[in-house]
Amino acid sequence: MNARATPLVNVSDLRIDFGTPERPLPAVEDVDFTIETGEIVGLVGESGSGKSVTALALMGLVDAPGRVRAARMQFAGRDLMKLREDERRRIAGRDIAMIFQDPHASLDPCYTVGYQLDEAIKLHGNTSDRASATTRRARACALLREVDIREPEARLSAYPHQLSGGMAQRVMIAIALAGRPRLLIADEPTTALDVTVQAQVLALLSRLRAERAMAILLITHDLAVVAETADRVVVMYAGQVMETGSVPEIFDAPRHPYTQALLDALPEHEPGRMRLRTIPGVVPGARDRPAGCLLAPRCAFAQELCAAARPALRMLAPHAGVRCHFPLGAR
Amino acid sequence: MNALASAPMLEARALTRHYRLPGGRFAKRNVVRALDGVSFTLHAGRTLAVVGESGSGKSTLARQVTMIEMPTSGELLLDGRDVARATPAERRALRPQVQMVFQNPYASLNPRRTVGALLEEPLAIQRRGSRTERRDAALAMLAKVGLRAEHYSRYPHMFSGGQRQRIAVARALMLNPRLVVADEPISALDVSTQAQVLNLLADLQQAFGVAYLFIAHNLQVVRLIADDVIVMHHGEAVEQGPKDAIFDDPRHPYTKSLLASTPSIHRRRRNTPS
Repeated sequence: MNARATPLVNVSDLRIDFGTPERPLPAVEDVDFTIETGEIVGLVGESGSGKSVTALALMGLVDAPGRVRAARMQFAGRDLMKLREDERRRIAGRDIAMIFQDPHASLDPCYTVGYQLDEAIKLHGNTSDRASATTRRARACALLREVDIREPEARLSAYPHQLSGGMAQRVMIAIALAGRPRLLIADEPTTALDVTVQAQVLALLSRLRAERAMAILLITHDLAVVAETADRVVVMYAGQVMETGSVPEIFDAPRHPYTQALLDALPEHEPGRMRLRTIPGVVPGARDRPAGCLLAPRCAFAQELCAAARPALRMLAPHAGVRCHFPLGAR
Repeated sequence: MNALASAPMLEARALTRHYRLPGGRFAKRNVVRALDGVSFTLHAGRTLAVVGESGSGKSTLARQVTMIEMPTSGELLLDGRDVARATPAERRALRPQVQMVFQNPYASLNPRRTVGALLEEPLAIQRRGSRTERRDAALAMLAKVGLRAEHYSRYPHMFSGGQRQRIAVARALMLNPRLVVADEPISALDVSTQAQVLNLLADLQQAFGVAYLFIAHNLQVVRLIADDVIVMHHGEAVEQGPKDAIFDDPRHPYTKSLLASTPSIHRRRRNTPS
């Protein structure tokens, strides 16, 4: 992949702290990543790796006591860190929209689908969408049709509890599309869904990306979902980016021992094996991160240097980088 | 795989469980056929996986097998004895033979009890052994599931998800059951610890000869650990048989759609960027 003019999203040196200023607990440290226009980037990592809080930082939704700092957090050429609060709010929800894991928790159970779509269109729709109740209703129907919901007119009067999980997630996507976003952040969008429904929702996201040139940041712990859906992968571990690269690079020739170990731990990696390869130990928490490489205590390839010094994310190409003293490709 | 000559440890014959929905004055009382005539056999030391989407009746099946509920009709034979027709006293005697591991070890372990107390509780309820013997059994079990003796007096919140699931597995094995029903035991765990728990389950099956009824939605995991598979849909077993037959030559359209929908790291992008 060659470098294009300006990426849609360009984050560098992102740091998110919780805890007190005297004893900060870094949730995310030294995170760099980019998202191109119309690109699906898979953000993978285990729980506690910082992937969700990174997404919330992009949305400007990290609340106190969380503190977000970044050398740069550009979206469509504008630095989000330098915007006023009201300017920032206009971007979140409209240009950057977000959907979550459990659609039934995201929808308000007291209001109909139509009401909740109408609200999103009032807030984030363009002037002609917002013009009148009739145009808003037409727009709401069009949005439902776009996410493959049949009989949209009838669905507008449905309440969330009348929807299946897959249908509710489609409604959430329709609401997210109300502002014609250029970036959709999907945080574990299919984790709560059955596998057949998951396949439909992922196909829908892929189609929307192609039709609207909308970029998607797909956050998941499921590597197989990323392999099938994303163009590029960012692998996070304990608050840092360990490796980034295209889907073929990451899955066929991972450079970071952590990426390799994650792939090895998958049951499908070596069919016919009776025992899986495991990663010994557990993901370190914010309080017990090692001084050197974060993976060093669990890494099969760790050497003396790994325990002593934390490696930097070295970019090998515009879209490929690895944070390791001894990357696997360099054998 | 050829049929095993010995008698099955567990056999279900047309096992059925219906639930009557509460009907008001105006509504007709409806019946949910949560489990509708499912039959299978499970031999000692083997693993039977039950797959299907939510609402397919997997957990209802688990509730019948663990004798938490009585089936509406059909037979459930544990070592040849019909559980459904057993007296309450007989059922009580049978229950320790079947233990359960749940999906979420954050919810299934009592946060107010130490690991030692959690492990000894099943023995105490069954009045097995003296206090010292129970303590020794708990310590021995901790070692078998890869935990250390110092973990005995700690509380569940002090452990990671994978370690907690080890504790849940240890507790299930304390009564030396013939069968463990595991309801999605690894779906709440991180990728790197899923493999640890799957390996542990395999090791314990070898060591104890325990059979697993393994409920899962992840077909990649099922392919790894199961001997036989039941595919459930709307309370019925739409397809069942040896693992290889199901995966290599699925017959039922629902099984085919499940397999086609399962994401794989070997199957790349559905579409290419423009």
